Amino acid sequence: MIHSLFLVNASGDIFLEKHWKSVVSRSVCDYFFEALERATEPENVPPVISTPHHYLINVLRHRIYFVAVIQSEVPPLFVIEFLHRVVDTFQDYFGVCTEAAIKDNVVVVYELLEEMLDNGFPLATESNILKELIKPPTILRTVVNTITGSTNVGEQLPTGQLSVVPWRRTGVKYTNNEAYFDVIEEIDAIIDKSGSTITAEIQGVIDACVKLTGMPDLTLSFMNPRLLDDVSFHPCVRFKRWEAERILSFIPPDGNFRLLSYHVSSQNLVAIPVYVKHNISFREGSSQGRFELTLGPKQTMGKAVESVLVSSQLPRGVLNANLNPSQGTYTFDPVTKLLSWDVGKINPQKLPSLKGSMSLQAGASKPDENPTINIQLKIQQLAISGLKVNRLDMYGEKYKPFKGIKYMTKAGKFQVRT
Amino acid sequence: MSNNNVSYNEQVSLESGVDAAQENSSIPASVSGGLFSADYKKNEDLKEMLESNKDSQKLEAMKRIVGLIAKGKNASELFPAVVKNVASKNIELKKLVYVYLVRYAEEQQDLALLSISTFQRALKDPNQLIRASALRVLSSIRVPIIVPIMMLSIKEASTDLSPYVRKTAAHAIQKLYSLDPDQKEHLIEVIEKLLKDKSTLVAGSVVMAFEEVCPERIDLIHKNYRKLCNLLVDVEEWGQVVIIHMLTRYARTQFVSPWREDAVFDENSEKAFYDSEEERKVEQVKPYIMDPDHRLLLRNTKPLFQSRNTAVVMAVSQLYWHLAPKHELNIITKSLVRLLRSHREVQFIVLQNIATMSIQRKGMFEPFMKSFYVRSTDATHIKILKLEILTNLANEANISTILREFQTYVKSQDKAFAAATIQAIGRCATDISEVTDTCLNGLVLLLSNRDETVVAESVVVIKKLLQTQPSQHSDIIKHMAKLFDNITVSMARASILWLMGEYCEHVPKIAPDVLRKMAKTFTSEEDIVKLQTVNLAAKLYLTNSKQTKLLTQYILNLGKYDQNYDIRDRTRFIRQLIVPNEKSGALSKYARRILMAPKPAPVLQSAFKDRDRFQLGTLSHTLNSQAIGYLELSDWPAVAPDQSVRIVEVVEPVKETGAPVHGKSKPGKSSEKFYSDSEEEEEEEEEGSSSEDSSSSSEESESESESEENSDDSNKSSSSQSDSEKKKKTLKNKKLQQQKPDGKDRKQKNGNAVKGESRSESESASESSSSESSSESGSELDSDSDSDSGTDQKKNTRSKPVQSTLVTKVEKKEVSLLDLDDFSPAAVPSPKSSILSPSLLSDLQGLSISPTQSALQASSPVFVPETSHELLHRMTGKGLSAQYRFTRQPCIYGNSMVSLQLTLSNSSDQALENIHISEKSSTGQNIHRFNAIERLEPQASVTVSMGVDFNDSTQAANFQLCTKEDEFSVSIQPAVGELLLPITVSEADFSKEQGKLLGMNESSATITMTPENVSSQSVNRKVVSVANLGVIPSSQENIHRFAGKTVSSGCLVLVSVALKDPDAVITINTERTVMGSMLLRQLKTALTNSDP
Repeated sequence: MIHSLFLVNASGDIFLEKHWKSVVSRSVCDYFFEALERATEPENVPPVISTPHHYLINVLRHRIYFVAVIQSEVPPLFVIEFLHRVVDTFQDYFGVCTEAAIKDNVVVVYELLEEMLDNGFPLATESNILKELIKPPTILRTVVNTITGSTNVGEQLPTGQLSVVPWRRTGVKYTNNEAYFDVIEEIDAIIDKSGSTITAEIQGVIDACVKLTGMPDLTLSFMNPRLLDDVSFHPCVRFKRWEAERILSFIPPDGNFRLLSYHVSSQNLVAIPVYVKHNISFREGSSQGRFELTLGPKQTMGKAVESVLVSSQLPRGVLNANLNPSQGTYTFDPVTKLLSWDVGKINPQKLPSLKGSMSLQAGASKPDENPTINIQLKIQQLAISGLKVNRLDMYGEKYKPFKGIKYMTKAGKFQVRT
Repeated sequence: MSNNNVSYNEQVSLESGVDAAQENSSIPASVSGGLFSADYKKNEDLKEMLESNKDSQKLEAMKRIVGLIAKGKNASELFPAVVKNVASKNIELKKLVYVYLVRYAEEQQDLALLSISTFQRALKDPNQLIRASALRVLSSIRVPIIVPIMMLSIKEASTDLSPYVRKTAAHAIQKLYSLDPDQKEHLIEVIEKLLKDKSTLVAGSVVMAFEEVCPERIDLIHKNYRKLCNLLVDVEEWGQVVIIHMLTRYARTQFVSPWREDAVFDENSEKAFYDSEEERKVEQVKPYIMDPDHRLLLRNTKPLFQSRNTAVVMAVSQLYWHLAPKHELNIITKSLVRLLRSHREVQFIVLQNIATMSIQRKGMFEPFMKSFYVRSTDATHIKILKLEILTNLANEANISTILREFQTYVKSQDKAFAAATIQAIGRCATDISEVTDTCLNGLVLLLSNRDETVVAESVVVIKKLLQTQPSQHSDIIKHMAKLFDNITVSMARASILWLMGEYCEHVPKIAPDVLRKMAKTFTSEEDIVKLQTVNLAAKLYLTNSKQTKLLTQYILNLGKYDQNYDIRDRTRFIRQLIVPNEKSGALSKYARRILMAPKPAPVLQSAFKDRDRFQLGTLSHTLNSQAIGYLELSDWPAVAPDQSVRIVEVVEPVKETGAPVHGKSKPGKSSEKFYSDSEEEEEEEEEGSSSEDSSSSSEESESESESEENSDDSNKSSSSQSDSEKKKKTLKNKKLQQQKPDGKDRKQKNGNAVKGESRSESESASESSSSESSSESGSELDSDSDSDSGTDQKKNTRSKPVQSTLVTKVEKKEVSLLDLDDFSPAAVPSPKSSILSPSLLSDLQGLSISPTQSALQASSPVFVPETSHELLHRMTGKGLSAQYRFTRQPCIYGNSMVSLQLTLSNSSDQALENIHISEKSSTGQNIHRFNAIERLEPQASVTVSMGVDFNDSTQAANFQLCTKEDEFSVSIQPAVGELLLPITVSEADFSKEQGKLLGMNESSATITMTPENVSSQSVNRKVVSVANLGVIPSSQENIHRFAGKTVSSGCLVLVSVALKDPDAVITINTERTVMGSMLLRQLKTALTNSDP
């Protein structure tokens, strides 16, 4: 399966290599670098590259390419999914997954990779098992380790791998027992020039942070489970209960995990929280363009729209933009032509706007497409689909946990065509 | 200068020093000078650290060495120093040494051998994880000399008791195979053995090994096919992917096609698509009946569509695509569309597969068309794939929407994408004749676009379109001729020239003029344009020589002296062909026919048209070329191979007792049950063998019950957990009740029992038994059908008053795959008066009214526990409370049912009406409902009996208990001991049967008995209270034997307890190994418990 792994940074240097079978020379990455050079954008590198003797499957996360070397037929998604898991694990361990973090923790990284694959086949990818094997580095532990000479490697052997509940380690203990659930929904939408919705759908996840002693068994029920059109579960969720009763019943993993991701179909009407009034125009022959943008709240169920960030890739011909925001700050990068405007909170009484002019390259013809506007936003305390958690019960343990549920709506891929 | 001064923490700087040393190690020392000698010392330093006595020093050194390895630097010269630490006690140090060893052993084979003995020793370690890790490293050392040792270790590990070690063995097989392919034959033997393994841990890894070593040995799968299907949901996600791919291949060789011949690849039209199965079946002479094994696979993979692992979802999707009947395919769509939210790379692969699918079956993805709309932030290759899919989905109905969307894309700043869109518009235009003109007009408009690539692409596409219907479009050709001067992209210019030449008869006035212009600029044109100019000239010469003769000659002259040999060649060829001279042969006569021959229009088709020759989801499919190691998906066989190969023969448990056990299961039912239980597949297979014919003939009935069975099967994993939790819940409820005194004495007593206050219980229990019997009489009145069991039971109850009830909660945890610890035995009651001596047993048998149903002499229960379990608490039941207990009687409602007694009481102040069990059972169990109770007065209670077919699994039966107003979901959780019925066999038969059930079927444990338990009476009492077993008269004083059979399948369960003071060995022999191990655990608990 997976033969070797190379980590390549943004500037094209291999800064880590790991082989699970016999060593593959790093020159194999030359094919990858070729593809990298050919690609105009970093994302445009094809995920699967064929070379005379190997196949390279790469994943780009946090500006690092994770290049896996494959020698024979294997489902490409198998490798891609695994690489993403590796990144998730690194992030889980080091907080961030950057070149510096990996270089600083090269030994832990190596120990992790060693445990995650055996002979190129995934062995332990469950974060709870890994954390029993290799303790994540913390500042405190680093200090303690240097003083006492103890190690990051778990002393006792992991039992989680052998149990029926491999995602949960045994003997979990907390003084404060808490279970938090975040219902986060993202709106993916394309809005056309006239403001009508071309496509809109809601993708939601329930992320949980469960810190409960022992082996609690939780059930989570919804007021309106029918909303959920398509779901995928963490392996801990009992599928049959869901099928029969639409109740989520599970023994949770310890710590942070994604319990559920769901999809609310586009057939249901999706509420669009903001509207955009825009007037972006370039005149033929003149080297000036006009830029006007006003944002306003639309269907927000009375909640405030916060952390609004508007970004737009302006046409190549634009040299500079001279704009005037009514609130927030804007930046324009003349190299990448990326305009971004950090609006903040939308005040319904005084709508934020960005107005001004753009200067175009002299003599260049008028760009034929107006830029697309991407919007990011957050609405606290609201799940835009209307999904509501009914109750959360715990069985199997005696104490009374502290429970919390938070709703949030975000813009996912929210684009306005102009 | 000396790096020794630098603190060890500054790893980076140190390493860079070492790097330099290594890179320059070939440089002679004299040249390298002081710096390098110091760096050389650096490695010396690492060596010193490794040889120091302190673990921390060694560890520090190893960490730095691993840092070197990670950077791809060579650290092999440290091998001797490192390998010494292989036996270190420090776990982290050891692990790092392993990392080093695996990396460099290949280069330092001789030295690597030094470490082997350490691993060989560790292979014998009592700790399974140490054994596993030793095997893992040993097999990772790629040193050919140790092949025999590896082979031996693998063979040994493959029979290890720990499934984790066996899993490691499966991984080692692949490693050994890549090291020495000559071992193949031996390895196949091991694979064969491991394939039989029932552990979910092993399944994925061994199938991986199978795929690597011997994918052609499909015959090895036969016997394990059903087991793999049933285990699949519980296998870890990576294993699932591998197994699914293997099973796809297997199914294609073993089953006949579920696609009817007339409709295999011809279902693009929606009509055929939505045609119902039934309609077609009528037409067909021989209706297609799906092999039950085929259905099994589809059903068991279905829940995996909900997996969070994208690879699993893709794998199931391709399985359905390649194996499922066409009308079941729609299930794929939603899951695949869901994956589109994932990372860019995942999107790429999924879109590719959707593209291939959407060519063959538009209908599948059409409702989700909007999910394929392109966003400006998508990567180019994602955009192009989405475009491809949108084009594939286009039909008369949606084309206008799609074209409107395309109009936006054409204006995209991403020019490669814009060009691809124009191609797509071209394809839509050819596919859908209604919009050809619209598209053509749209494309003509694009000709005035400022962007060259867009214009060029449009010209090329227009050229292709015009070729299909040139006559009507002379105006477009004229328009293009006008634009000619402004177009600079050579491909576009060449295309226009070609069009002029080809259709010069349609534009007789313009064409010569274009040629005139070209003659002027000929020398400065691109090669491709020059070639087309020559072509145009030749064609015009043939059609309109009067006007163009001179021009043509001029151009041919220019071409003759061109720098490019292609053009010179072409010119020479054309000249010979068209200009008549004395040398020109027969060919020039045909010049017109040669040059002006009608040319077939190019077919604009998807690049994914032929991708379906590869299995979806594979690397080969992604690359569109066969990858190394790609295993071809075979075509369906015309005739299905023998299906009986998948039947696993099991030694008939009881031959000599006359009629076979299976005889009693009715054919129709057995076929249904065939897949209903997924935990113990062997059982089913056995059943299948006996009633195979009937199972295939009663296919229809099976497919009806599919859906519910499906949900039943799908989640054994969760249910097996929920088993234990529910148990806990029940216990907890009981405790709760204890704190709130209410009218329920019995409950309270149970609560007491939990606390172990067993002394005070004798009276309470007798009380409860009396209340029990009174309620029984109630049930007799209630329904006549109940009366038999009721009386029967009463007699039993009376004959042996029960002293105490006790519920133990097992706390201890043990490392085992089937972690069923939490399973608490339902009751461990201890009869006061009698432990039934064998002679009494026969007396009791006489008392039993229930007919003896099977050849295995079913006997009446030796002991009936009085514990009842909470089914519905009065608080949750709004006044209605319900309790159940196991009567341990053969159920009168069905042979495979466990009979239960339900006590319903009304603690509210209003009468409850119409109490019944809802018709819809949420789980797959077959439940015989009690007759509806019309009215239950306040404070009254009533006892009814019901039967549940648990299918020999401890999975809870969930159902709805309804009153007139409300519905309550309740569940009954059977203890494993309650799923048995006692039987009587002779001691000789017992030993004989026991002899047949060895190996996997045997589970045993040694326990230390507390002194008070040693008496044979107390042993008997303990055992029969845990499980409903019959006592076998024993000739040996110190061996106690018990026999029973499982209620549903009638499998033998033999228990023997051999006392060897102070120890005792419990042995359980049964084919139902899961039940066996659960029972064993409970017996252990019961027998070690010192309560009387």
